[in-house]
This record gives sequence, structure tokens and C-alpha cells, in this order.
Amino acid sequence: MAHLEVRALRKSYESREVIAGLDLELEPGVCFGLLGPNGAGKTTTLKLCLGLSDPDGGAIRMLGFPVPERAREARARVGVVPQADNLDPDFTVRENLLVYGRYFGIAVRHLEARIPELLEFAGLTAREHSRIQALSGGMKRRLALARALVNDPQLIFLDEPTTGLDPQARHLIWERLRQLTSEGRTILLTTHFMDEAERLCHRVAIIDNGRKIAEGSPRELISQHIEPQVIEVYGDGALAWAERYGRGACERCEVTGETVFCYTQDADAIVHALDRDGTLRYLHRPANLEDVFLKLTGRELRD
Amino acid sequence: MKRFPLPRPSLRFVHVWRRNRLVWRKLAIPSMLGNLADPMLYMLGLGYGLGRMLPEVGGLSYIAFLAAGTVCSSTMMSASFESMYSSFSRMHVQRTWDAIMNAPVLLEDVVIGEAVWAASKAFLSGTAVFVVAAALGLVASPLGLWVLPVVFLTGLAFAALGLVMTSLSPSYDFFMYYFTLAVTPMMLACGVFFPIEQLPAALQVAAQVLPLTHAVELTRPLMNGEVPGAVLLHVGVLAGYAVAGLAVALVLARRRLMT
Repeated sequence: MAHLEVRALRKSYESREVIAGLDLELEPGVCFGLLGPNGAGKTTTLKLCLGLSDPDGGAIRMLGFPVPERAREARARVGVVPQADNLDPDFTVRENLLVYGRYFGIAVRHLEARIPELLEFAGLTAREHSRIQALSGGMKRRLALARALVNDPQLIFLDEPTTGLDPQARHLIWERLRQLTSEGRTILLTTHFMDEAERLCHRVAIIDNGRKIAEGSPRELISQHIEPQVIEVYGDGALAWAERYGRGACERCEVTGETVFCYTQDADAIVHALDRDGTLRYLHRPANLEDVFLKLTGRELRD
Repeated sequence: MKRFPLPRPSLRFVHVWRRNRLVWRKLAIPSMLGNLADPMLYMLGLGYGLGRMLPEVGGLSYIAFLAAGTVCSSTMMSASFESMYSSFSRMHVQRTWDAIMNAPVLLEDVVIGEAVWAASKAFLSGTAVFVVAAALGLVASPLGLWVLPVVFLTGLAFAALGLVMTSLSPSYDFFMYYFTLAVTPMMLACGVFFPIEQLPAALQVAAQVLPLTHAVELTRPLMNGEVPGAVLLHVGVLAGYAVAGLAVALVLARRRLMT
């Protein structure tokens, strides 16, 4: 049984259709990435799956329960790390975990036994009695993650879990998320960071304008949609180089700002030419998920 | 597709109530003193100061008349503040309601939990005034203890009304309208400071639909050692405000938070 099954989901706000027929299926133990530009419908999808908003069409089953009709029962085995911090500012770190556990109807003595474990997982053992206002952004996010685990969930929703964190804090969150999937928990993650999705997710779906436009493992998507080699040429003279030589030398050539992206099966000739020239700055790298994302969702700004 | 599922209230509202109580416990003493000082100053200042110049009011000394009114008005104030400013903070500013609803707790549990919590705080405020009144010899007989359930019901009615405002409010400023247009007129028109009979006839009729009037009509005779008339009517009006207010608040909160 899939932990989360979404069929032909639709949702409109006024006349704007924000989810336009979305299908998703999360097998147990998978880390699934939901990717898309701002306004693509990622957060709305999570809200619908949790039963916190009524769909205009389609069907959702979460952990075997129909949503929204029996979302409450399903949420008993689900953890949520929301995009906006909603830790309880009136409480200490420990009280946040205790009070949140009570919302699940968990007995206080069970919580007392579980809290040290959760604090350890979040690296907050020393901050047990700190007030929320005294925590850094990374600590707050770790506490939000620990709070989402208080009910030992089978399925965890994470809405942009590392946005606004420094690299150290991001790496720590990544390590913890991998630990959670290795324990057999299912994760649904939204993110803007393609390197994050590529590292963590077994499967990703790219959505835009409320529709799924691609789905697969990060490797599959890269090999299906993009030439394997990328040369980025940037700085003074890059655009002129593209017109003079670049466009003709690679399968696909794109320009964003002052950077030229050359996508190709074989980069050797271009790299040699750039080395001979010697004045242009460039980066030669394998294609990644961000290249796929930009190809499929376009390079213009989304707000 | 708009769903209007029937509310499924449950005892899970207690989780929400206990959350609020844990916060309150940290600040209980200053909170109690703050709640008590204001109504007490009015009651003692007006009751003894103004009372010295007055003959009996409604068959009572003015201080005894005013004590019953103050029990009700401080209950109303406390329930209104808690269910508006404090609940709005939790709903809109801190997003505490959102966090709670990610757990297996429904919006109806949250709204009822907030209402019962505000009623509980109002119960403390009303009871504190009642205890001081009793200590001053202004409670005639043990019959007066029936005031306590009346205070809780009054608190619940005003908490439900406050939550209607909270579900509608774009910001804290919005609550000023409710205080100016509803709370203050009720303070003056519902028999807290002077008998309703002093009002022009049209206003006397209007006062009969206001919840505070019915709280006062129950509380004053009980504190004076008498069984109030039309108990069922008064209790029914207060309970009606509580139930209808909660229903409206729930529909509005659903529209606001669950679209």
C-alpha cells in the first residue's frame, strides 16, 4: 500500500486553478521531492494532503485513510515541518515537545521518556530549557523536525526544510533526513534547492502551474532531459564567444544573465577551444537536476 | 467544492485548554492581579464614594448593587480580552492553531478549546470579585454560590462572541470596534451601574437582547439571597449566545484558515 496516493487532484482559488489534475504516489520508505518554481502549487498540495483544505476534485489517500474525510486519523501517524516557523514562543524547547506530543494524545510519561531521544536527534540536548527566542534559525528548524517526530510518524512532510539555513545547518538536516529514510519512514519534501533534491530524494516530481511536468529518479530525469556535459562560460566576453563559437559547437546553448550554458554529449572540443583562448572563465561539469529544472520550467523570473 | 462537514466536537479540546493553561501558569500572579485591580477599584471607588450620596438602589445599598454588576462586567471583560487579543495572537501572529491542526486535532477542537479557556479565565476574574464581595459582607446567603456557574456560562457566551470577532479580524485594531460598539454600551445599558428601568423605554427593550443583561438578572438576586425570576429564560439566552457564537466562529474560522 502506498503511504500517499493522490489522483487527479484539483484546487482553484477564485478563478485561478492552482492544482490542475495532479497525480502522486509515494511508496513506503521513499524520499520524494516535490519541486517547482514559486507559485507552482507545492504548499497547496501539502495542505490538501493533510486535509487542511478541501480539494475541488480528485482523491487523496494517506496511510490508507481517505482525505479530507478521515484526515484526522491519518495525521496521527504523520509528522509535519512547516515552511513558516510555528514553534510555540511561549514555551521552552522541552515544553514545545511535551505540549505537541499531548496534541496526539500521548501520555506525559511516554513523552518524558521520548524527549531526551528527540533532543539528542536534534542536537538540542544542551538547550532543553532555552526559550525559543534564544535559538538560532538552524536550531529552530531542528526543533521543528524533532517536534514532527514526537508521534513516531510513518510519513513526514517537510516544506522547504533548509531555506534560510547556513551550509553547516543544511548538512546537519540532510544527514538527519537520510537517517529517517534509512529507518523506513516515508518523506515528502518540497525544496527550491536542486542539489538538495538530488542528494536526498529517491524520486522527484517537477510541477509547474499545478501540473506535473516530469517525474522520476534524479538520474533518470537528468539522462532523459539533458545532455550529460555542461560548460558554463561567464564574465567579460562570454556572450560574444557564444555568438562567435559556442552556439555552433554544442547541441544546445542557453544564456542567463551573463552566463552561457553549453549542453553537449562531448565537451572536449569546446574545453580545448576555451583553454586555447585562455581569456574566458568557464566551468565544465556534469549535468544536474537544476539544468533539468531550468529547461522544463524556463529561465524567466517567477514571483 | 465547498464542504460544510458537521462539526465533530470531542474531548480533544482539552489539549488546547491545557496548552493555554501551561502558558498562563507562568504568569498567573501578575495576570490575576491585573484582572482584579481594575474592577475592584471601580467597585470600591464608585460603590463607597458614589454610594454615600445615594439612597438604596433597587432595594440594595449601592455597593451591594454594584458588586453584582461588577462580577458580571469583569467576567465579560476578561472573556472578551482573552478570546480576542490573546486568541488572535495564537491564531494569526504565532500560528499556534496551524501547528495544532497538523496534529490529529480538528479546528472545532481548537475553537472550543479557546472558548472554554477564555471562559475559565473569565471564571477566575468573576470569582475573584465575588470572593471580595463576600468578604465585604455583600453576599447575603449560601444561595450566592449559584453565581459561580452563572459566571462560567457568562464567560463562555462572551468568549464565543469574541471568537467570532477574532475569526473576522484583519488586525488587533479591529477589536476596538467591538469594544466601542458592543462592550462599552453593554456596560452602561445592562444594569451594571444602575437599574435598566432608568433607561428610555426603547433602550430597555434593546437591553433585553443583550447577554450581559441576563447575566446581571441572575447574579444580583442570587448575591442578595433571592431566587431569580425567569431563570430558564436568562440561562437560555446566555447558552444560546454561547452555542450560536461558537457555531458562527467555527464557520468563519474554517473559511479563514482552511481554504
